[in-house]
Amino acid sequence: MDYGRSERPAGAGPLPTAIKILIAGGFGVGKTTMVGAVSETKPLRTEEVLTETGIGIDDLSGVEEKSTTTVAMDFGRITISDDLVLYLFGTPGQDRFWFVWDELALGALGAVVLADTRRLADCFPSIDYFEGRGTPFVVAVNCFEGAKKFRLDEVQAALDLDPGVPVVLCDARKRESAKEVLITLLEHAMKLREARRRAAGD
Amino acid sequence: MTGRGESAEQEWVDDHAGPVVRPYAVTGGRARPVTGTFDLISLVTATRTDVGSESGLGPEHVAIVGLCQRILSVAEIAAHLDLPVGTVRVLLGDLAARSLVQVREPRATTAGLPDEHVFEAVINGLRAL
Repeated sequence: MDYGRSERPAGAGPLPTAIKILIAGGFGVGKTTMVGAVSETKPLRTEEVLTETGIGIDDLSGVEEKSTTTVAMDFGRITISDDLVLYLFGTPGQDRFWFVWDELALGALGAVVLADTRRLADCFPSIDYFEGRGTPFVVAVNCFEGAKKFRLDEVQAALDLDPGVPVVLCDARKRESAKEVLITLLEHAMKLREARRRAAGD
Repeated sequence: MTGRGESAEQEWVDDHAGPVVRPYAVTGGRARPVTGTFDLISLVTATRTDVGSESGLGPEHVAIVGLCQRILSVAEIAAHLDLPVGTVRVLLGDLAARSLVQVREPRATTAGLPDEHVFEAVINGLRAL
């Protein structure tokens, strides 16, 4: 929906469309690092202030008294072209904020689930979530120094993944590596999209 | 906890050190925008360079118009102003109601994944980075 289209400044083109990819995984697995590695700006942080019983006048007590819960999301931006802007959102680490995930996942092209082989179980909730929603995702194993090296098929088996879900190694600090992960995700999402369309008899 | 993760957290706080805001004071206690839904990645641009003569606008409204001289997402506006997203949505609703900003909601999402050409454009764009 557009507002005030007639009042655009002279000479300005149409606004670009924004799209998003989610970066999920356990606490400290490198989500913000990966966002920062490919973002054109330093990762930004945005906050949602949540209350349990709706929003009323009591909320004026303010966040500093912790009468509300703040969910923080780190994100970055990549300008793809004049009419396409990609945002990368790190998902909030705590699983109890599922409803924030729902907002984030709506319309996302897909998700990267970052995994640390020393704490593989930390990414189970993310995988369950995206499987349940039907959001295309890939698992990217962040290669931390000192972590025992696993074969990718071992990780795939340990995570009990559908064989079609790509599992790749990455270094979340490196731009090229993070780019490759995103491209793998997008190619996977395209394939999935095509398969779903065929299954629907389209 | 004094792990490495925590020091990273503190960096964020240091970067944004400023006055603690009372989010719903900024909006006069309102929790919902008068118009619009404002997804996190809705893109916003100001329709004017200056709103000096408009009455009934607060400093945050003016700040948003200033920021949106370039195209920014709702999430970026919130991050730059150091205000919660819900607060920024209310402020944007005020501005949209006065046609002071133009808003582009993200691609329709109910139909599932976007067109193939969007994927291809993003893949090519990433390769070119």
